[in-house]
Amino acid sequence: MTTFDFLLQGMLVAAQPMNLLYALIGVTLGTAVGVLPGIGPALTVALLLPVTYRLDPGGSLIMFAGIYYGGMYGGSTTSILLNTPGESASIVTALEGNKMARKGRGGPALATAAIGSFVAGLIATLGLAFIAPFVVKLALVFGPREYFALMVLAFVTVSSAFGDSTLRGLTSLFIGFALAIIGIDQLTGQARMSFGVPDLLDGIEVTTLAVAMFAIGESLYIAAQGEQGPDKVEAVKGSVWMTAQDWARSWKAWLRGTLIGFPIGAMPAGGAEIGTFLSYAAEKRLSKHPEEFGHGAIEGVAGPEAANNASAAGTLVPLLTLGLPTTATAAIMLAGFQQYGLQPGPLLFATNPQLVWGLIASLLIANFMLLVLNLPLVGLWVKLLTIPKPWLYAGILLFATLGTIGANPSVFELGMLLAFGVLGYGMRIFGYPIAPVVVGLILGPLAEQQLRRALAISQGDVTVLFTSPVAAVLLVIAAAALIVPLILRARGRGQVLSQLAANED
Amino acid sequence: MKQFFLASILAGALALPAVAADYTIIAPANPGGGWDQTARSIQSVMQTEGISGNVQVQNVPGAGGTIGLAQFASQSAGNANALIVGGYVMVGAILTNKSPVSLNDVTPIARLTGEYEAIVVPADSPLKSMGDLVEALKKDPGAVSWGGGSAGGTDHIAVGLIAKAAGVDPTKINYIAFSGGGEALAAILGSQVTAGISGYGEFESQIKSGTLRLLAMSSAERIPGIDAPTIKEGGLDVVVQNWRMVAAAPGLTDEQKAAVSADVEKLAKSAGWQETLKTKGWTDTYLAGDAFKEQLAKDVSATETILKDIGLVK
Repeated sequence: MTTFDFLLQGMLVAAQPMNLLYALIGVTLGTAVGVLPGIGPALTVALLLPVTYRLDPGGSLIMFAGIYYGGMYGGSTTSILLNTPGESASIVTALEGNKMARKGRGGPALATAAIGSFVAGLIATLGLAFIAPFVVKLALVFGPREYFALMVLAFVTVSSAFGDSTLRGLTSLFIGFALAIIGIDQLTGQARMSFGVPDLLDGIEVTTLAVAMFAIGESLYIAAQGEQGPDKVEAVKGSVWMTAQDWARSWKAWLRGTLIGFPIGAMPAGGAEIGTFLSYAAEKRLSKHPEEFGHGAIEGVAGPEAANNASAAGTLVPLLTLGLPTTATAAIMLAGFQQYGLQPGPLLFATNPQLVWGLIASLLIANFMLLVLNLPLVGLWVKLLTIPKPWLYAGILLFATLGTIGANPSVFELGMLLAFGVLGYGMRIFGYPIAPVVVGLILGPLAEQQLRRALAISQGDVTVLFTSPVAAVLLVIAAAALIVPLILRARGRGQVLSQLAANED
Repeated sequence: MKQFFLASILAGALALPAVAADYTIIAPANPGGGWDQTARSIQSVMQTEGISGNVQVQNVPGAGGTIGLAQFASQSAGNANALIVGGYVMVGAILTNKSPVSLNDVTPIARLTGEYEAIVVPADSPLKSMGDLVEALKKDPGAVSWGGGSAGGTDHIAVGLIAKAAGVDPTKINYIAFSGGGEALAAILGSQVTAGISGYGEFESQIKSGTLRLLAMSSAERIPGIDAPTIKEGGLDVVVQNWRMVAAAPGLTDEQKAAVSADVEKLAKSAGWQETLKTKGWTDTYLAGDAFKEQLAKDVSATETILKDIGLVK
């Protein structure tokens, strides 16, 4: 049978009424969990694994797929409406999405996120079906030095999310780096900056920092303003749905987001966040409306949302082709496979085609379910914004706290949440951007580890960083991204650029 | 709001330990890892085999299990219904993290499963045998990069032991730590490192499909079904087993200890557990009582020595 026949057969299995029900339960649960800050899809799948012992393999995998995609999508809703990212992959979505929501364009923001997720999920799932073996070869080319070059590129490009002052942006980024150093150093196993506190040995959880900085910081900021709060939130201005112009501005961003997100998701050390950072930066550079960035540009929602869903599908590439779980959720899905005596790996496509194609087909179904579930709810979601502020922010505080202790029941974690919340509040008051702190915490350790690994393998020879073709190309792009704006500025076009780097907060 | 509601129920269920649990098992790691899977397997087998009516699993991740261990030792003292899953990785982590709580502060009940280390190279590597690899290591220890799991973990310890047995200074080994066997696997397949070392399960499907060459296993004797010599056969006296165990709370009476041990024995001998071992690909290395205590003490002192030799513990 050809790939296409297998896929069709998988679709028939996945489209049985019971399986559709499992898919619906999966996406609903996944979305619910994604909405709650702190609790990720990994924990949900782990909790539901025993439940699925009684289901047949097809049914349980379909439910997993639903939870996985649902979780990736759910995080965007709170990011956009409440400026509270539910997952680290939806941090970037909050930057533009929340600005749109405050201008009464929450509807189109949610819609472009939903449709973008659908489009990206669809393309990426088809990519998984047809080009997985090729993508995985590409991903294996990436060793430590290539990852380091990718991180350098990410650093250079995310600087566009720094706001109007480079100095302030860099200050925020270095606060993130400083926080990233805390904990056990992965390469030597030694504790750094943990001051003998056992809870700090594992470093600072990205979701804790993100929830604290965004949700708690924002709530404190709003509370401190009292009745004088300047920004009157309009729940809906204009249509709840996307206008023709929104469509025109979104579709390219969806495709670019997918192209960026899918391969990065497929890389063993990639991660969904990096794809969203790169996508945001790319949209900002390519947009015809750069002045809108920082004030609610729809491309800034469409691209990163597509990227994070595409990378969710990308994660399954190494899982299915190499048996390599690259995220916690994938690790649990691997456990789910093993429960049925299946060992994902190079032989799975050959030995168990029905199951692999069943899973891929159920991903398509889950993706479709997600759209069906979420689009009609957009009108309902935006009503959240009409909740009076004291109630709304009390609710945000409650859910942020609940999510954090739900994921890690520890008093210390709660203390960190509050402390970082106060830090976020302080940074807001003094006009420092929030996002670079979280970016620093995510990318800092990755860059450090990969650099040290590369140098350890080469026994200290620095030239290896430039001699690999892939690394060299990435570094050249990074250099261009750094130098070209300087040249433009030198030629007197600085005004455009300072507008381009508009304040995000 | 419906979804908020659902989510809050879920969060509530997670945040509150169940009141009516017969056993609460702490998995001192994130969902998905080996300890988590062990804890959840114990949960499901204990329930289906009727050993316990209600079993809850709670994840307390962090620092090689030492966070969960510390919390368990302080909060569960005297509680005969509390269990914790742990393993060899914990032994090393307690030492490298200078953890204030050690395995002496809990009541180890039994070793349940174990996995031996596999040493692999990419299929196109010029190294054909363990002998070749050891030769290369002796010639220039720094030029042989080993990809494996976290620093100070089982994989790292095994490399240290191999170097020491081969007469190479263990501080000179070029061990590249990855966050887990999975990420290390990618680096090995991409020929980024010279050799890879991790639990056999991490490499199994790659070995079977021929993309990795298995050079040796860290078991005492050859394992049926695995076509590779032991490290011992090559003249290096190295046996490493990455085992997992279950421990009870500190401060139990002898009757309570006996009751927990009896339940764990029932679990280990049950058909359901044997079935689980088979589907998960785990090896049954059940060892309880004084024999386990003795083995544990031996492992702890040997680990301390090698970690000092490598230079991870001062």
